[in-house]
Amino acid sequence: MSLPLELAKLKDEIKGYARGFGLDFFEVIFEFLDYDQLNAVASLGGFPVRYPHWRFGMEYDQLSKTYTYGLQKIYELVINNSPSYAYLMKSNAMIDQKLVMAHVYAHVDFFKNNVWFSKTNRKMIDSMANHAVKIRGYMDRYGVDRVEGFIDKCLSLENLIDPFLPFAPKKHPPREDEAEKKKEVGRLKVDRQYLDKFVNPPEFIEEQRKKLQAQEVKEKRDPSEPQKDVLQYLLRNAPLEGWENDILAMAREEAYYYAPQWQTKIMNEGWASYWHSRIMTEKALKDSEIIDFADHHSGVMSMQPGKVNPYKIGVELYRDIEERWNTGRFGKEWDECNDIVVKKNWDRKLGLGRQKIFEVRRVCNDVTFIDEYLTPEFCERFKLYTYQFNRRTNQYEIADRDFKKIKEKLLFGLANMGQPFVYVADGNYLNKGELLLLHKHQGVDLDSRWTRETLKNVGEIWRRPANLETEVDGQKKLITYAPSPTVSGAGECSEKFL
Amino acid sequence: MIYSIKRDHARFRNIVKGKVKQDLKKYITHGELLGRKGKDIVTIPLPQIDIPHFRYGDKEAGGVGQGEGDPGDAIGKGQPREGQGVDGEAGNQAGEHVLEVDLTLDELAEILGEELQLPKIEPRGHKSVRTIKDRYTGIARAGPDSLRHFKRSYKEALKRQIAGGVYNLAAPLVVPIKRDLRYRSWRSVVEHESNAVIIYMMDVSGSMGDEQKEIVRTEAFWIDTWLRSQYKGIETRFIIHDATAKEVDEQTFYRTRESGGTLISSAYKLCEKIIETDYAPSEWNIYPFHFSDGDNWSGEDTRVCMDILKNTILPQVNMFCYGQVESRYGSGQFYKDLREEFGEDHERIILSKVENKDGIIQSIKDFLGKGK
Repeated sequence: MSLPLELAKLKDEIKGYARGFGLDFFEVIFEFLDYDQLNAVASLGGFPVRYPHWRFGMEYDQLSKTYTYGLQKIYELVINNSPSYAYLMKSNAMIDQKLVMAHVYAHVDFFKNNVWFSKTNRKMIDSMANHAVKIRGYMDRYGVDRVEGFIDKCLSLENLIDPFLPFAPKKHPPREDEAEKKKEVGRLKVDRQYLDKFVNPPEFIEEQRKKLQAQEVKEKRDPSEPQKDVLQYLLRNAPLEGWENDILAMAREEAYYYAPQWQTKIMNEGWASYWHSRIMTEKALKDSEIIDFADHHSGVMSMQPGKVNPYKIGVELYRDIEERWNTGRFGKEWDECNDIVVKKNWDRKLGLGRQKIFEVRRVCNDVTFIDEYLTPEFCERFKLYTYQFNRRTNQYEIADRDFKKIKEKLLFGLANMGQPFVYVADGNYLNKGELLLLHKHQGVDLDSRWTRETLKNVGEIWRRPANLETEVDGQKKLITYAPSPTVSGAGECSEKFL
Repeated sequence: MIYSIKRDHARFRNIVKGKVKQDLKKYITHGELLGRKGKDIVTIPLPQIDIPHFRYGDKEAGGVGQGEGDPGDAIGKGQPREGQGVDGEAGNQAGEHVLEVDLTLDELAEILGEELQLPKIEPRGHKSVRTIKDRYTGIARAGPDSLRHFKRSYKEALKRQIAGGVYNLAAPLVVPIKRDLRYRSWRSVVEHESNAVIIYMMDVSGSMGDEQKEIVRTEAFWIDTWLRSQYKGIETRFIIHDATAKEVDEQTFYRTRESGGTLISSAYKLCEKIIETDYAPSEWNIYPFHFSDGDNWSGEDTRVCMDILKNTILPQVNMFCYGQVESRYGSGQFYKDLREEFGEDHERIILSKVENKDGIIQSIKDFLGKGK
């Protein structure tokens, strides 16, 4: 439903303020929904038309329940599309609608200008609808259970993508003659034959030849380098039927569409919160609304023990950056200053803050954001700590307040969108046509039950045994799922230490 | 705008029901897994319905938090994981997100019925009761003021005014005249209703321990669920007995523990009296259930029981169910006595032995499998 008159006016007002602050966004279309419709759209990931799948129903079940019990309600929902769509809940008070609009315009500014979003499909709402049509067609043709079962498998692997792939330079295959030439070991030219064994020592030549051979073997291997985009590898190499291939490709496309949102959670929410608070407090707010605004704003920003709120960390980091660049608290001079009094009163009156945060919003993702701009002062001010699980007492305990460790932990949670690093290492493992996946272990073991379940899905798609090399309690381990040649889903899982 | 979600939701519900069906045995034997919510909804914890991904084991990961405290201070408990860890890691992994789903008792009964292949119960024919109910289904032009339909009346008045050109946008005043008024009207519907009563009797003498009572409680829940799905108006009555019997409410029924001797006849006498005063067999389907460890005080009392059963209870009820819960102290004699007296295949008496929790399912099947 389109906006009632009052809200339409409000929208123009807020939009004006946002433009006035220099925000640059796609056109935003606000839809006005009641709670049930909003829950429905939210369960579909913000898109009104998606393919049929039970997972959306589950999401809806949970959202409806938590809403009914008053545990939570959705404040804002906006999708990255041009024009962008955002949803307002009918039952929200006027002040909430204002706040949400201001928040949404900043989100859309972020979608439009942040470089990590630059490769996303801006007509995703159409693509999603097209996916829905195609999948419904497959369901009519091949049966709902079969198609849905396959979608389950694809979704199980949706995090096995390479978020940096859209930015990688295109690789050209080497030219024919070039490929030929490489096979000979280069020798230095010698005039006198008797000097040859000194200029080109046979041991050295032999060594080079072996290297070249190894290189050749490596190149023949498929993939030649471990490939992070497992979905792409499966698309190109798994023995899938046409419709299965199509569905896997759609799942991959949707995963890549959502990837930047996972990569910029802190930044995106921080940016939106920063601007809603500025637009509201400096422009849009009426005196009578100030208490409600303060209440809701603090609700959004609140931190629970044991969790960091991306809204809070994000908004405070932007403010911190703005302050630092306004006063000149950065660079060599600042870093090398050890005088606490001087540091405290440091103000170079540069006024670069605004410019800086717009730059940060354009080029950073969460990892670089935290890596570059989290400071020890910031950690201290917001009382951040790291925690660990203590097996002995069966509880989580505060581990440390050391800046480096906090940063390390935060970055670990953000790197690769918080997902384990899994690569395709070999598509012809043991020369038996098996698939070998490699988990690059970074200090934290995989969840064993889910790993087996997921590997099973890989094996079912590969239709040959799928292996995963990982590390459990410090020991290398190979987990194998061998699908049954006749009955789908009836394979066997085995594990061995390497 | 978003209609497909209803379909997705229905699909999800079906999957949930399928999962519950698969694990029904687990849910039956571990009655404590089911949470009761309100009158006719149960919540069921469902592990592993989500789509699996490669992901980190939660606990080792740790993380970053915010707030006061020194290193070593506890900030939260780890929850033991569902007892599903295949390689013995239950309890030392992070609290997993377990999905809680709601099912209505009707849905649960349906699942129970399908899984245990329980036949639908045929209510005793002439015992169905007719009730007449008024349903407000229509709109009439005349009626009492108390039934005036404001919205419809308003609409009519508005229509008339607009059609007549008297409606003024600047002063949108709508005044209904008599012709505009509309009233709710009703239709009388005859409903056939069959009533049923379950009378639970339980031996609470010293030999019935907590485990035995837990079995009775679990079994009674499932019997209740099933019979409720079969009859609309169902009533339950509870009798506990040792050497004497008394009627109690549900809470007391499951919690009381007495000591002392057992005179089963006392319960049967009370049951007889309840039927006589409150439930005329011509109008009610009657289901007495008796749970005991099978120890009776004397052969003489057993004799009395048989007489009561034969002469008054059995002719009046649909089915008399006797469930014997194994206990270390009980002799189990009463089961044998009943079988001797009435034989294996008596038309209205069903005997069942429940050895332990796993025996509950078979016992439910024994009791409800006849479709009476």
